[in-house]
Amino acid sequence: MKVLVPIKRVIDYNVKVRVKADNSGVDLANVKMAMNPFCEIAVEEAVRLKEKGVVTEIVAVSIGPKTAQEQLRTAMALGADRSILVETDEDVQPLGIAKALKAIVDEEKPDLVILGKQAIDGDNNQTGQMLAALTGMPQGTFASEVDVADGKVKVTREIDGGLQTVELNLPAVVTTDLRLNEPRYASLPNIMKAKKKPLDTKTAADLGVDLTPRVTTVSVEAPAERQAGIIVGSVDELVEKLKNEAKVI
Amino acid sequence: MSVLVYAEHDNAALNKVTLSVVAAAKEIGGDITVLVAGKGCGAVAEEAAKIDGVSKVLCADNDAYEHQLAENVGDLVAEVGADYSHILAAATTTGKNFAPRAAALLDVAQISEISDVIDADTFKRPIYAGNAIATVKSSDAKKVITVRGTSFDGVAAEGGSAAVENIDVAKDAGISSFVGEELAKSDRPELTSAEIVISGGRGMGNGDNFEILYKLADKLGAGVGASRAAVDAGFVPNDMQVGQTGKIVAPNLYVAVGISGAIQHLAGMKDSKVIVAINKDEEAPIFQVADYGLVADLFEAVPELDSKL
Repeated sequence: MKVLVPIKRVIDYNVKVRVKADNSGVDLANVKMAMNPFCEIAVEEAVRLKEKGVVTEIVAVSIGPKTAQEQLRTAMALGADRSILVETDEDVQPLGIAKALKAIVDEEKPDLVILGKQAIDGDNNQTGQMLAALTGMPQGTFASEVDVADGKVKVTREIDGGLQTVELNLPAVVTTDLRLNEPRYASLPNIMKAKKKPLDTKTAADLGVDLTPRVTTVSVEAPAERQAGIIVGSVDELVEKLKNEAKVI
Repeated sequence: MSVLVYAEHDNAALNKVTLSVVAAAKEIGGDITVLVAGKGCGAVAEEAAKIDGVSKVLCADNDAYEHQLAENVGDLVAEVGADYSHILAAATTTGKNFAPRAAALLDVAQISEISDVIDADTFKRPIYAGNAIATVKSSDAKKVITVRGTSFDGVAAEGGSAAVENIDVAKDAGISSFVGEELAKSDRPELTSAEIVISGGRGMGNGDNFEILYKLADKLGAGVGASRAAVDAGFVPNDMQVGQTGKIVAPNLYVAVGISGAIQHLAGMKDSKVIVAINKDEEAPIFQVADYGLVADLFEAVPELDSKL
């Protein structure tokens, strides 16, 4: 079976985010970019399914700028067989991305779509659910375990109260949570091999999809800074402060 | 304007977070209708009818909604929501699951996890793990929104007297089914609504050591949370995780024990009123946000704190 893995290029999770002085957004100039961590988990899961013999082909896809080729190459170095870049300089938003992905799904007809539950830039947590809605597929969001068998996929989901397991007909959409797996690092030979793997470039117009944002960002501000307080010298002092100064106990 | 609020519940009782969602709905303005979808959820609908400021309750009682499967609930909300200008749900794992699905079916954007209402089209929401706050304006005629519960003080649970209308809308997509669940059983307060939260990190060393936190929590009536590191290490289950991708808490008192304070963790707790950090590493970033820091071995400090309260 075939798996589609949509991935996103985002700011590296170790980089400290700075809001631009004119409040127009976050400063991304000369900042290290990387594959969204949840997308790495999605690629890893697809690769593991292929290693188990469940999956025969992995197609990585990204909707974003030309530079997102780097992240697609990374996905191929990790084990994706080929990739597709839907190139756009638009401020892409979940609904537009889901529509572009639906067009790719219509072409590729994957049995399973595995993607990250959210990207660490917008923190939207929408794309997988929207893609599932547009394609009429069931969804297993926030997955901590994925088990494909007998034309169905069983997904254990991390929910607020604990864990929930659902069974979905294929094709299905799965979004990854943190504990689904621990992604591997790409080896040097695999990085070299990935350079020769096919990477198709398309545009939104090729797919007949409108990526125009529906939500505009009016301004972006830094959050109110929390001031560091004091270091207390003992447990007694801490208890005294909590009782008499903060009055919280 | 008319707002549809999706009620969060377990078929038996309403989750308090719904009161915060109604509070956000009030700020938007217009009539507020609460949709209760579940199985045998009549008591929840009656409870919702008493919420201050609610003018109507719709109750969709059907097998298809028993486990809040997104495929079924998403269809229901897209159909019922067609008559409303705003559709609001809590930014819980339930709301996050079905709301984008409903939004896509209605061909509108979703605005995730709002922390403030500016006007009926404009909202604030945290991005980049709360390291930036974006003010966003939607150009869609209809808005589908998830609400960060801790950012809005809940309205009164009593005082309203809305009519309950049963609606017979059975949406069973038949493409997904519920297999089972393992829910954490705890007598301690739920993390997102607890007045006091005590969280442990990697410094706890193992799951058994969390006992000292449970003991302290029981004395204070507190909820117990954890950092991602502690959950990843298998010390405690995932439902205890506080942070960017876990639960967002804002209690009166947050006690971070053996937590270094990665930005992803801070994103989940820095709106707490008072923060206490106990860590033996005086360089730990958690001290930069703590009102009271104690540089000490947690295995000595926590029992001592327990004995002195």
